[in-house]
Amino acid sequence: MSPDLEFALATREMANEDKSLVSRNSRSLWKCLGAVTAGFLILLILLFLVLPIVIIFPMSFGSASYLEFPPRGLTLRWYGQYLSDPDWRAATLFSLKIALATTLSATIIGTLAAIAFVRGSFPGKGLFQAITLSPMIIPHIVIAVAVFLAFAPLNLSGSFLGFLIAHTMLAVPYVVLTVVAALQRFDTTLELAALNCGAGRIRTFFSVVLPNIRVGVASGAVFAFLASFDEATVAFFLSGIEGKTITRKMFEDIDFNLTPVIAAVSVVLTVTSLLVMGALHVFSRNPVPAQR
Amino acid sequence: MKKAKTHKLPVRAAISFTKSKSWRHYPIGLSLILIIPLCLLLGFGFVYPVGRLLGQSFFAPDFGLDNYRRLLETPLYLRVLGRTVIVALIVMAASLALGYPVALAMARLRRDLAGVVMACVLLPLWTSALVRSYAWIVILQRRGLVNDALLGLGVISEPLKLIYTEGAVILAMTHVLVPFMILPIFGAIRAIPTELVQAARNLGGGQFTVFARILLPLSLPGIFAGCLMTFILALGFYVTPALVGGPSSLLMATLIGQQTTETLDWGFAGALSTVLLCVTLVIVVCFRKALSNNRGISNVA
Repeated sequence: MSPDLEFALATREMANEDKSLVSRNSRSLWKCLGAVTAGFLILLILLFLVLPIVIIFPMSFGSASYLEFPPRGLTLRWYGQYLSDPDWRAATLFSLKIALATTLSATIIGTLAAIAFVRGSFPGKGLFQAITLSPMIIPHIVIAVAVFLAFAPLNLSGSFLGFLIAHTMLAVPYVVLTVVAALQRFDTTLELAALNCGAGRIRTFFSVVLPNIRVGVASGAVFAFLASFDEATVAFFLSGIEGKTITRKMFEDIDFNLTPVIAAVSVVLTVTSLLVMGALHVFSRNPVPAQR
Repeated sequence: MKKAKTHKLPVRAAISFTKSKSWRHYPIGLSLILIIPLCLLLGFGFVYPVGRLLGQSFFAPDFGLDNYRRLLETPLYLRVLGRTVIVALIVMAASLALGYPVALAMARLRRDLAGVVMACVLLPLWTSALVRSYAWIVILQRRGLVNDALLGLGVISEPLKLIYTEGAVILAMTHVLVPFMILPIFGAIRAIPTELVQAARNLGGGQFTVFARILLPLSLPGIFAGCLMTFILALGFYVTPALVGGPSSLLMATLIGQQTTETLDWGFAGALSTVLLCVTLVIVVCFRKALSNNRGISNVA
């Protein structure tokens, strides 16, 4: 190869590199611009998701008796009104009672059913599973109207028992789904070991299976609590003049007198949900040491 | 010799016990005992009430198909049915448009940033729909945030009518349902192996090519699942349209509510419920097939 040719090749290579350098620079500029635009877009969408919930916090502390934003002065008056109003207090207690009872019954019924779905075999299992999960898919308005129609003649509308049945039915699918998932992850040889060591089915369940699926059961319980406590559609139709849930009372007040007390109640509802979910998060992150 | 034999027997028994897998399946009697509480609950709390409501549509006030005839012959009710489907479709499309970028970002961002995005998605999911509808009323009402801001800026001289309109219903419903779109898409994108994206980049594919040829096709099952979920939930949503919507934005759910609380026409409410239920179930059954078909295709590719 002649030195001339070599030189020519080298300069061409250099020129090529230069060109690619320029194009890379402009490309990275475009890329940067694109990334900034995309980031801005996503930020806007996230603000759309979060802001409507965040604004109820300052509003619940605002001093004006009509809704104003941003609030001019801060006050706890609306929380005081909420706590001193016997109607709100009764509705809150009624809702809490229903939610706790629903959590208990849905968790027990759902866990038992999940075990039968995963480990048992019986005729019509597929159909039964479909019916169990269908309250999640069927419009709640249909369930609400149906439950009211069926329960009113039995004096179950507005009653604790009526709500317990309806809300447990709505909450059970969540428990079944989470416990089925946990059971499918569970190593069944552990159960075999316990059975071989002479433990019965029941003892095996409580000392081997249950500790291993406890996170699934706990998630199911938390979802069941929220499915009942935050539930508004069935509660709207099933509530009576006496037995009224917090969601029904809130529904009425939003429709008829829009006061900042509702903002305070909204904050209470939201904080309750967040606390319960946060507790679940902590529980599933840090396994209880005593159970190791 | 003798000792070894006695040792062997239980071991062999244990092995056959393990291999038979019968211990893994509960006997049928035990299974039925476990399932009985759920049976009673669903029978009394779900199947019986829904069956009774559907029955009302044929028997109240008289036996026959009068309720359905009334539904089909009244243009107002047909318009409500059409509006429900259209609103649900718009909400679904809006949720997809808003949800897909967020899901993509959540799956591809750094871990700590993705956590922040995830928190922003879960916060609305864990807040009651009632609270969120109330927040939208506060924002959109006559003296609400939007009108105050626009009046203050001098853009408008009279407050706009924003609340109790179809637009408000669509906006608030989209806000409630976006998380149901984001989560399945996020799951689908996260399941795509990163090697696939790296390989595509190495072969010279740009950002757009990677998105169009790899990320989008492989996240289709998530998109289908999210669309199915948001559409079905939007069809039967009651709380938000009842609070944020007005008489001009009556949907199937609010119409059913009106028939039972105001006109007390149980037969007609039953007919409306039957239609809503059938539409929902048909969509679920059809799209479930599409879903499984699609998943099969993406597995082959």
